[in-house]
Amino acid sequence: MTQSPIDRIARATPAPLSRRIRGLSDRTIAWIFVAPTIVLLLAVNIFPLIWTVRLSFTNFRVNRPNNPVEWVGLENYRRILTDSDIWGTMQVTAHFLIWTIILQVLIGFALAFLINKNFRGNDLWTTIIVFPMMLSPAVVGNFWTFLYQPQIGLFNYAVSYLSCIPPDWLLTCIDPSSFSMIGDVGLAPWAIVIADTWMWTPFVMLICLAGLRSIPDFIYEAAECDRAGKWRQFWTITIPMVLPFLMLAVLFRGIENFKMFDLVVQLTGGGPGSITEVTSINLKREAFEKWRTGYSSAYAVILFVTIFGLASIYVKALNKVKDR
Amino acid sequence: MSNSVTEPSVRTKWTAGTLVILYAVITLLPLVWIIATGFKSPSDAIAYPPTVLFAPTLEGYVNLFTDRTRATAQMLADEGEPTTWYGRIVREQGNVIAGPSRYGERFLNSVIIGFGSTALCMVLGTMAAYAFSRFKVPLKDDLLFFILSTRMMPPIAVAIPIYLMFSKLGLSDTHLGMILLYTAVNLSLSVWLLKGFIDEIPVEYEEAALIDGYSRFQAFTKVVLPQAATGIASTAIFCLIFAWNEYAFAVLLTSGTAQTAPPFIPTIIGVSGKDWPAVAAGATIFLVPVMVFTILLRKHLLRGITFGAVRK
Repeated sequence: MTQSPIDRIARATPAPLSRRIRGLSDRTIAWIFVAPTIVLLLAVNIFPLIWTVRLSFTNFRVNRPNNPVEWVGLENYRRILTDSDIWGTMQVTAHFLIWTIILQVLIGFALAFLINKNFRGNDLWTTIIVFPMMLSPAVVGNFWTFLYQPQIGLFNYAVSYLSCIPPDWLLTCIDPSSFSMIGDVGLAPWAIVIADTWMWTPFVMLICLAGLRSIPDFIYEAAECDRAGKWRQFWTITIPMVLPFLMLAVLFRGIENFKMFDLVVQLTGGGPGSITEVTSINLKREAFEKWRTGYSSAYAVILFVTIFGLASIYVKALNKVKDR
Repeated sequence: MSNSVTEPSVRTKWTAGTLVILYAVITLLPLVWIIATGFKSPSDAIAYPPTVLFAPTLEGYVNLFTDRTRATAQMLADEGEPTTWYGRIVREQGNVIAGPSRYGERFLNSVIIGFGSTALCMVLGTMAAYAFSRFKVPLKDDLLFFILSTRMMPPIAVAIPIYLMFSKLGLSDTHLGMILLYTAVNLSLSVWLLKGFIDEIPVEYEEAALIDGYSRFQAFTKVVLPQAATGIASTAIFCLIFAWNEYAFAVLLTSGTAQTAPPFIPTIIGVSGKDWPAVAAGATIFLVPVMVFTILLRKHLLRGITFGAVRK
């Protein structure tokens, strides 16, 4: 296995025939190698995107292919941007986005900080903590509905159990059948935040851990010589050095959770009512249940532009932090 | 004891270890619960307080793989004694097996589409990554960014035209259609990751090979590929896990022949109401392989989830 590549080359000196045909030029090879990827991406990503943009100016509906397709200009866009339901959906998404990021950053960083203390067996525990984020969000979301069942659900049982152990923080025991995380209008937005935090905190943790491990020891040693306290070291060395990593983690989580579909659709389906209807679920309803193809295409374009715009601004900020 | 100021004290290590293990145990609970519920009887699964100790049964797994009907006494008498162990488990519930369930097919679809798209993605991705790593490709940075930006689109946003396109081409609800789609989605990840891995292989190896009379293509297959094997393997596992877990496209573009397991598992219901042990059994069979792969991947995990942006 460990033979050097030089040995391998020496052993497999090519036959005279292939020596004569020196093969294709680098330029040709470069094109042959890159072309299939570009063609596939154009066909499956870019072509549909252009089609979406085109459809967004029409009143086309997939379920009525025989209706005449009219060019309606920016009408779809105007209707979306003035629709109060869509702004409600945006607020739902914002609530989900902001809280998941806050919780994941806090818990993820804390975990990474603790793991970085290099206690024995930390590699093993890191791998175990990472499991949730590798799993299928739809299957996990579906199973969380079981954990959230009133009375029989493990989550409700745990909450009720914790509320009963002394000291009696809440002064009362919570009955596990008295609340429903996914059926209650006030709790459902938190049900999706909790499940997503459970699933994706390890992602932030891994990136923070890489950040913490990238800080060379000598910086802390120098600070120690200068008699800087632990607290001061934390705020003036650790945090600034980890910040670019943390911001990268927030970028990834932000994009992913803006697009969030599978976990939430299986967990609450957007309900009760439309309390947890994040934009992707809303878009799916417009496009594949109401079949307003033109309208939902405009919606899709707006979402894509928003994500792309926010991400670009953010990346600029990230680069500034990195350069500092 | 080391004298380094940066080495945490024993007490710090203990505290940190305890807290991390506590978190790990809490985070594992839902997963353990899924696996345990798969081995419970329906009454144990919905018992209050939740049962930790229970008599394990394979009922959930049997129910997962079979379609059953409630049988009258007359039907049971006609049928005679069940001859198989799973027949007996079904009979104990007062049901008879009507046939195999769809779970087997759906799982097989996941395997076919997952491995098919991963294989295709690795072939295309390795070639593109090699070209981007070694040659002067015009507009290289723009192309690379373009490849990455395809990942920013919400799946639902491109699903509308893909749905139209697939119906026109006869690709909707086919394995080929899903393989092509997942390949395209995964290409961004594989090109970026593999470019990173290939960048790390010294160019000198290939130059030596070229001087020895290898053609460029031979240098690629006989020198670069073996060197990049670990990188290719871990990238492949990432692509496989993604295709395995994907739900949005699967639920919109497939309904029967090519439907994968993630849209199917939530629809599992029993003879009367939701059959949680069967759902849990289906989830367990589906999730455990991913956990095994995660363990295999642990060294390259960070790199994979950040598209190669963080390499450790």
